[in-house]
Amino acid sequence: MVEAIVFLPLVGALIAGLLGHKIGDRASEIITSSLLVISAILSWIIFFPIAFGNGAEEVIKVEIMRWIEVGDLDLRWVLRVDSLTAVMLVVVSSVSSLVHIYSIGYMADDPSRSRFFAYLSLFTFAMLMLVTADNLLQLFFGWEGVGLASYLLIGFWYKRPSANAAAIKAFIVNRVGDFGFALGIFATFVLLGSIDIDMAFSAIEGAKNISISFLGAELNALTLAALLLFMGAMGKSAQFLLHTWLPDAMEGPTPVSALIHAATMVTAGVFMVARLSPIFDASTFAMSVVLVVGAITAFFAATIGLVQNDIKRVIAYSTCSQLGYMFVALGAGAYSAGIYHLFTHAFFKALLFLGAGSVIHAMHHEQDMRKMGGLRKKIPITYIMMIIGTLALTGVGIPGTSFGFAGFFSKDSIIEAAYAVGGPLGNFAFWSLVLAALFTSFYSWRLIHMTFHGSTRAEQHNYEKAHESPNIMLVPLYFLAIGSIFAGVLFYDQFFGKEKYIEAFFANSIIIVGHIIEAAHNAPTWVKWSATFAMLLGFVSAYWMYILQPSLPARLAKAMPIPYQFLLNKWYFDELYDVIFVKPTIRLGNFLWKKMDDKLIDNMIIEGLGRKVQLVTAKFVKLQSGYLYHYAFAMLIGIAALLTWEVVAGGLL
Amino acid sequence: MIFSDNILTIITFLPLLGALFVLMVPGSDEKANENMRNIALVTTLITFILSLIMWALFDPDNINFQFVQNYDWIGNIIGYRMGVDGISVLFVVLTALLMPMAILVSWDSIKIRLKEYLILFLVLETLMIGVFTTLDLAMFYIFFEGGLIPMLLIIGIWGGKYRVQASYKFFFYTFVGSVFMLLAIMAMFWYAGTLDIAKLLKVQFPEQMQFWLWLAFFASFAVKMPMWPFHRWLPEAHVQAPTAGSVILAAILLKMGGYGFLRFSLPMFPDASAYFANFIFFLSVGAIIITSLIALVQTDIKKLIAYSSVAHMGFVTMGIFTANIYGIEGAIFQMISHGFISGALFISVGVIYDRMHTREISAYGGLVERMPKYAFAFMVFTMANIGLPGTSGFVGEFLTLIAIFQVNIWFAAIATFGVILSAAYALWLYRRVIFEAMTKESLKSILDLDKREMVVIVPLIILTILFGFYPAPILDTISPSVEALVAEISQIMGAGASPIVPH
Repeated sequence: MVEAIVFLPLVGALIAGLLGHKIGDRASEIITSSLLVISAILSWIIFFPIAFGNGAEEVIKVEIMRWIEVGDLDLRWVLRVDSLTAVMLVVVSSVSSLVHIYSIGYMADDPSRSRFFAYLSLFTFAMLMLVTADNLLQLFFGWEGVGLASYLLIGFWYKRPSANAAAIKAFIVNRVGDFGFALGIFATFVLLGSIDIDMAFSAIEGAKNISISFLGAELNALTLAALLLFMGAMGKSAQFLLHTWLPDAMEGPTPVSALIHAATMVTAGVFMVARLSPIFDASTFAMSVVLVVGAITAFFAATIGLVQNDIKRVIAYSTCSQLGYMFVALGAGAYSAGIYHLFTHAFFKALLFLGAGSVIHAMHHEQDMRKMGGLRKKIPITYIMMIIGTLALTGVGIPGTSFGFAGFFSKDSIIEAAYAVGGPLGNFAFWSLVLAALFTSFYSWRLIHMTFHGSTRAEQHNYEKAHESPNIMLVPLYFLAIGSIFAGVLFYDQFFGKEKYIEAFFANSIIIVGHIIEAAHNAPTWVKWSATFAMLLGFVSAYWMYILQPSLPARLAKAMPIPYQFLLNKWYFDELYDVIFVKPTIRLGNFLWKKMDDKLIDNMIIEGLGRKVQLVTAKFVKLQSGYLYHYAFAMLIGIAALLTWEVVAGGLL
Repeated sequence: MIFSDNILTIITFLPLLGALFVLMVPGSDEKANENMRNIALVTTLITFILSLIMWALFDPDNINFQFVQNYDWIGNIIGYRMGVDGISVLFVVLTALLMPMAILVSWDSIKIRLKEYLILFLVLETLMIGVFTTLDLAMFYIFFEGGLIPMLLIIGIWGGKYRVQASYKFFFYTFVGSVFMLLAIMAMFWYAGTLDIAKLLKVQFPEQMQFWLWLAFFASFAVKMPMWPFHRWLPEAHVQAPTAGSVILAAILLKMGGYGFLRFSLPMFPDASAYFANFIFFLSVGAIIITSLIALVQTDIKKLIAYSSVAHMGFVTMGIFTANIYGIEGAIFQMISHGFISGALFISVGVIYDRMHTREISAYGGLVERMPKYAFAFMVFTMANIGLPGTSGFVGEFLTLIAIFQVNIWFAAIATFGVILSAAYALWLYRRVIFEAMTKESLKSILDLDKREMVVIVPLIILTILFGFYPAPILDTISPSVEALVAEISQIMGAGASPIVPH
């Protein structure tokens, strides 16, 4: 069954990719989508007994074939399913199948749909390989595989220079993270003697006190390994400093943004840290780094989201920010809370993206919210779906009760866990997240107001022609809306209920730190209400600024140009990186080529030597008479000379 | 069995026989050309099939030389000695695999002196296979240096505009390097009294002598690899060589240096190898970083791929001198895999060069619109070049990196940084050639891969992906021999290869 879940998408990708031009676009769409639906159904069949039974009683491992076996390295292709994997299987295959179906409508006018569906299915296969990995290298395989698919899909409209630039940027920034990930894998192997997940974990206890000298300092070796691995996670999950690729990735078709750059691939970093929680848990320092990076990202990305005007970019920064929340949970030691938010976020963020796609579809590929407004009447179903997504994202609910949208439960769990950490770092994370919650609420409602409410700023005929999307696009939204409403409340016990419930569900697949969960549950009432309060404040201010006083935002921007420009230009990270990385690299390349390689090595050293034997060269050129027998003769003489030399030299000696 | 006893001789000299047949084809009309091409193709195909049979008959668990022939020959000094072990056997197969492809890609593109061209390639095949099959040091030298002559002529006659300069530079570099090796060979004979490689492997050379012998061999192999900064001949040679010449140069000739290090430097001069290991690592990571940066700013497709070859060979030399099993197996795997990946890349460049007669990156753009098959193939090879897991390019890089990490974290970190640069130059190249809108008038009528090109490229795609997912056939073949080699030298190299943290 696991094999089917993982390999059906691959079959679909191969059929659509290699035979697409023969069987036609429609056939490719139907085949890939139905295979994905089967895969999703099978995933739920695996998931339900785990969620509502006794957890994964034992880890399922299916060996497919051998891979790299050298010395102590014994790597095989193995599909591993435990509770953590089961959660991911459900998320990935469900969202992917819905996105496949949605894309049939969204991409209907595109001339190369077979290619699109082949990429989507290829992505799903790689992502499933990633979450079922039993060793770090297979994880890395899936990791790079999703990176490839992401690259191909961001650049899907290859005629656009901006799409190509964004695709390459995504790949290379991710490679910066992979640089750390790869070194982390090597470190794990050297330190723990294996990169097989179970075997590596069993060696952690004995490796806790080994130190390593790096950068002139004595570092705990496990800390170093964890930090290197985390660098990979930062790249894939677009965390602070390695986040710049994610907003640009919105160049890809919107279903891609929903699947890859919101619900699944970008959460791979979160999954990785959770999967390797025993390694991270062994290093307090590494955990603090995860916590702080997550908190900074959550806050910083939310600030940028406040002022963006492209509907997809707002949601992209929101994704970046929400991933920060997940890392805070991991860094706090509340791994299950991080996965909880990953789980709920997948539904409501996919819903928001696909909803935005529906808006863009209605507006004939207009993405600038300044040219929207008043769309509520034109596309009422999309409007309702977006409202549900927003309610879930902003975390609407009543603390202390079971009333609330999906994001309410998971986000509050994280905020409480951050508070439970305590100390300066815990407080920093807690307040960052509360502020981020305020901003989240503000930019989400700003998006709704600018898009759907008020009078329209769209061009007349664009607005007139705006139309509700076909059912093939709306039905996936309904499914996601159900998830956005219920995914939180239904699975609260499994992810963040009493410790014993979490333990029963996760069954050793992640570390469960009992005292953090305990402390989070016992957080003071004001802490539990803080996020809700921040959410309400954000809602009210957005309402005030975009409905009651619509001229206020422009005046504010004019009154405070420096902070406004700073946020609008995304804290100037792209410009900064261009100056300190991109341009110097090109300059260095040219210097090494022209000055060192051509001038120093070739011209001065070699040709300098060469000029001394230039006479020989001249004769040599003359030798090129063009007659074959001259060459053949020269060859024979050469070989004969060498032979003679050998014999004579040998004989004489 | 007479067949299996003589199989190495047959494989090595069959191409020479084919060359003789080509020579005897009368006339020079199209009919004759057709015949000559067919003879060359059939010869190389049979050689390839025989090499596969040899691989099948080869027993990986036997760490001794196999299919051995050993006769005294010239003056009882130079012997006719043949044999392969796990380290050399796959290079024979690789050479035999790529030759039919080299013939096929030259099918229509070689318009002048076809007969001479084919003869040279067949002679070259004999010489290249000889390098990997001979067990006599003097014969090795002859094969090793003999290969230079046909390649020199191939570049010098069928090359591009600056072919003579390029072929001269090629000759100059490699010949200077080899003079030192010749001296070293004589010194070794003087000391050990034999040129039999199997016997020489058991000789313990004095440390002082090892030092000089190692340097002399290094001079030859470092140029051949080529290692930075002895690489400068390669971009020139590649740019000027005809497609098939580039393919053979990148896929096979470069591997002779690595093979030499493995066959001679490491086992015969282990003390010196331990002494020079850090020096090699320095040059290797230098190659990985510096030539990758240079590749990034190239404007000529072939030159870009040539520089990227130098970077990839950096992983090989680095892996070899870690002297642990991961590094050496990784290095061999990397050489085999780079053999067909770089071959495939040069074939890919040849495909568009045949159509447009330019290698300038800026002359292309948007090819995917008219050449979807080509775009797909080039994507696979680009990803393999980047070392994406699931392609054969990954396995070797991963193994050599995990090996160097055990020896020195700093070198490992710098070398791993190379994976970022390789992604940058390869993807940027792909974008400029394949993607974006097709705006250039000259490209509007360009045709996708034809049947003959597909016949060459599809097997390379399959191999690239197959060995990425299932490298076992290669690793199983080389493992026992490499393990034996590592056991032999670990006593001496051990100090350099001790793990950074105790288990």
